[in-house]
Amino acid sequence: MTTTTDTAASETAAPQTTTTPTHQEVVTHAFVQDVTVPGTGYGDEASTLALITLDNGHDHTKPNTFGPAGIAELHGVVETLRVRAEAGEIQAVGITGKPFIFAVGADLTGVPSVTERDQALGIARAGHAAYAAIMDLPVPTFAFVNGAVMGGGLEIALACDYRTMSAGVPAVALPEVFLGLVPGWGGAYLLPRLIGPEKALTVIVENPLATNRMLKGPQAAALGIADVMFGPGDFLEESLRWAGRILTGAVSVERADHTVDESAWSSAATKARALADAKTAGRSPAPYRAIDLVEAARTRTRDEGFAAEDEALADLLMGDELRAGLYAFDLVQRRAKRPAGAPDRSLARPVTKVGIVGAGLMAGQLASLFAQRLEVPVVMTDLDEDRVAKGVGYVHQEVEQLLGKGRISPDRANRLRSLVTGSTSKDGFADADFVIEAVFEEMSVKQQVFAEVEAIVAPECILATNTSSLSITDMAGGLRHPERVVGFHFFNPVAVMPLLEVIPGERTDESALATAFAVGKTLKKTTVLVKDSPSFITNRLLGRFMGEFSRIVDGGTDVAVADEAIAGLAPMPPFVLLGLVGPPIALHNSQTLHRAFGNRFYVSPTLERIVAARKPGYYLPDGTLDPDVEALLEKPADPVTLTVPEARERILSVLAEEIGLMLQEGVAQAPMDIDLAMITGAGFQFWNGGIIPLLDREGVTAKVLGRRILPPGVASVPA
Amino acid sequence: MPRTVSEVVFVDGVRTPFGKAGDKGIYAQTRADDLVIKCITELLRRNPNLPKERVEEVAIAATTQIGDQGLTLGRTAALVAGLPATTPGYSVDRMCAGAMTAVTTTASAIGFGAYDIAIAGGVEHMGRHPMGEGVDPNPRIIAEKIVDPSALVMGSTAENLHDRFPQLTKERSDAYAVGSQTKVARAYEEGRIQPDLVPVATRHAERGYGLATTDEPPRPGTTMESLADLKTPFRPHGRVTAGNSAGLNDGATACILASEEAARELGLPIRMRLVSYAFVGVEPEVMGIGPVPAAEKALAKAGLSIEDIGLFELNEAFAVQVLAFLDHFGLADDDPRVNRYGGAIAVGHPLASSGIRLMNQLARQFEEDPSVRYGMTAMCIGIGMGGAVIWENPHAQGASPSVDPPEATPAGDSTTKDA
Repeated sequence: MTTTTDTAASETAAPQTTTTPTHQEVVTHAFVQDVTVPGTGYGDEASTLALITLDNGHDHTKPNTFGPAGIAELHGVVETLRVRAEAGEIQAVGITGKPFIFAVGADLTGVPSVTERDQALGIARAGHAAYAAIMDLPVPTFAFVNGAVMGGGLEIALACDYRTMSAGVPAVALPEVFLGLVPGWGGAYLLPRLIGPEKALTVIVENPLATNRMLKGPQAAALGIADVMFGPGDFLEESLRWAGRILTGAVSVERADHTVDESAWSSAATKARALADAKTAGRSPAPYRAIDLVEAARTRTRDEGFAAEDEALADLLMGDELRAGLYAFDLVQRRAKRPAGAPDRSLARPVTKVGIVGAGLMAGQLASLFAQRLEVPVVMTDLDEDRVAKGVGYVHQEVEQLLGKGRISPDRANRLRSLVTGSTSKDGFADADFVIEAVFEEMSVKQQVFAEVEAIVAPECILATNTSSLSITDMAGGLRHPERVVGFHFFNPVAVMPLLEVIPGERTDESALATAFAVGKTLKKTTVLVKDSPSFITNRLLGRFMGEFSRIVDGGTDVAVADEAIAGLAPMPPFVLLGLVGPPIALHNSQTLHRAFGNRFYVSPTLERIVAARKPGYYLPDGTLDPDVEALLEKPADPVTLTVPEARERILSVLAEEIGLMLQEGVAQAPMDIDLAMITGAGFQFWNGGIIPLLDREGVTAKVLGRRILPPGVASVPA
Repeated sequence: MPRTVSEVVFVDGVRTPFGKAGDKGIYAQTRADDLVIKCITELLRRNPNLPKERVEEVAIAATTQIGDQGLTLGRTAALVAGLPATTPGYSVDRMCAGAMTAVTTTASAIGFGAYDIAIAGGVEHMGRHPMGEGVDPNPRIIAEKIVDPSALVMGSTAENLHDRFPQLTKERSDAYAVGSQTKVARAYEEGRIQPDLVPVATRHAERGYGLATTDEPPRPGTTMESLADLKTPFRPHGRVTAGNSAGLNDGATACILASEEAARELGLPIRMRLVSYAFVGVEPEVMGIGPVPAAEKALAKAGLSIEDIGLFELNEAFAVQVLAFLDHFGLADDDPRVNRYGGAIAVGHPLASSGIRLMNQLARQFEEDPSVRYGMTAMCIGIGMGGAVIWENPHAQGASPSVDPPEATPAGDSTTKDA
């Protein structure tokens, strides 16, 4: 298998192309040293344990992974140890990692160049062969899990007879399902037999589908993944001491036979399938394949289990969902860290004080975030004392909650509280370096606010706007220093959603833009550069999506049919989302877009009536349609009832059309930024690669635009 | 105010296996601070009766307090070893007697009543921190002949000692060195050294992890013949060789000291009782003679004579300086009371750590030999000093009543005085 770009070493932020540069695998070596382990205490009769250290020669920022050469080396080392064990030279084999890292799984950087199913099958089988060789060693085997352990790394540990875990391990996971794979180097077979099907499915399916949740070492040990846990300070010494006690029989490990209780397996699988339905609507094959493997592990022999894993891995590796998942993973891991089009970071100016105009709910969220991440004074202003007190009070309340949960210390709480102050006067902005407005979404109001702020602040002070739709250039128009105005668009809830759209106006200078990106990075947001255009990327595309959905429903198609048509696209059904953001805001968005772009964007009469009736949404808290809303629904004289495929085609087509226009207009730097924004700002899914890989995959772009947007192979199996 | 002076006891001591300094040594890529941290952790594990928050001081010695032997090592090592933030710490430097000084200084604070329980230790990673790293001697030392230039080269001071005592020949030094190697090998065979060794996981970028469980420097099977032709690096046709000197080594030691009262309260072992100690300066160019006046002073403080000392643990920086001590006190070169488990010529001498190795071994020998009431640990110290510490064996017949069970009247030798 040849591999492509190397995840961490590559410095290029250029778009991926079909030509995959040959890539040198960073080989994780398997070094071996014999160590003397004691019997019941150091100094007693000793055994010789061959200790394998997994180490790719880099520090912990580049974790151990396994490509073909690494797997081959490990397999070779294990074969040598088998000979030595048979000769009586060693009485045990141990495996540990380099400092802070055990191993984090297979090296997936080569997957884009896998074009034949046989290649995929070869990857699966090579891993299984090496791990089976560990399992077949004639002496006891130990994994000393000293650091982060995921995927194929955890499967090495599962292949050993015994496992010790450091209490300092920061991450234990089988994240394959998150990406679109299954734990197919033995994990799906071995883990349920070790800790039982229910806990195994938590690790294999539930956690990956919960935005790839990871376990800490102690949690993993508590699940039974490790036999014993030791502190990180002398983890290896204590592990070897424990191994010695196992070898002499001074301690032993009792393991339950989980295969006895058939009902536990079927009920765990049923529960997991329901969860997968809820999370993926059946649109990602990986969780279902994983659940099938786990369920069947109860009665399969090891060889049968491993063979089934081989087949599942080969199928998934050759599926577009995985390729889209890897594309999405690369976007959020790599592209998000180096925003395309951002000016050099050295141009950024320091920000030592922040001003926020407005003290409403959004302003409070911003103040809380800026204080926590930037750790500089934040001054909030509003028209009257009451609103100011409310805004500052919101932040203090947030701080109290963090303190109450033990997330911050009392000292830190004091610091954060003292950082955030409020006033009805903007005089406090005089020495601010960055002022952001979060006032009413109306151009004249925002222009007036900026004029007032400009009268007080220094000429270099950044003036940022959290507008979700208005023109940055227009907003800067009347100012003496329009070059310092920049759009800084957050997504609600600010603390949770990673995306931050950064929008320069026509006259915004490089230094102001660099400062905005630097602030965004310090705020730990995913920053995406967007051209100054109505509603930018996410709200525009989401608006087109919601609008078309409403148009179809208003036209007479049942909501359930429309929901089914777009299942697995967004994290929740559109009308549920509408309830969350609030009908007035949703209506305002659609009206804004309609004004900007005309009839492509639909303003729903039903929604207008819901807003007029001051209803909080379509649904009651129990999820059923509000009977009051039922009376407000559009009753078309000539209803058009679409089928699920028809509705799907309609919605996907308008998305393809809108994306085509956005790319043509240069709204986004590249197609990848649209997907990155939809994943991090709207919660679109990995297995669709955000949205564009799905549109390419289903042929929608070809039909609507006459071409694919991403070349084959970038987020799909190469042709 | 009335002040109770406490008896001070040695509770427990451990050390890492000692390694050879340099790229091929077992600790070539192991941090110095980690060595002493492992010792502290092991002490806490071996003494579960000792609550961590009761450790009131951590004093760690290192000669070269740079890099991973710097940053107020006593404090940082305590934190990393898992002691609570309330446990303070500091660093100590008295060259080779660093750990010995960490012991006597914390013991003095315990005796004075400043606190009850301390951890003292020492570390020297001579591979990462060669002797003399970063030193900047005051130019007046040479210009005004304040000390002889040879005083800063320890091997040269050993040659100077041969000059001063012509009866201490190279042959006697070599014979002493052979004895040291033989005794270490025997002690290992009998399992007397291993119980106080802390295993250390050793990571190497090209070899992976190993586990240090035994000393690396000993050369069992050393003979007079094998020593005869070694180079004399400090002087042409000199007498001091790598064979009759301690090597350049990496290693760490640590011990728990306590007031006798606190040890009894917590049920901690009482393995030795501190009787007296002394440090004395000598001409720096013959620093090896330092233990002689130090021993005399410590004996005088204790009201004892050399005949009262039943066991000696003498650091063997150089065979000649041990012989100078033995000659002075009229002890035979192979006196069975001296260095029963061998010494630094065989196991190594990671400078500031060695003092506690001597104490660990004396404590073991006290347990083995209740016929002995008093023992001495002593060592020579660079820049012309010697240190000696006299200990009482609590297992001995007729040991001080203060080391009898708690019902006995407290602290026979303790005094109460007004301060």
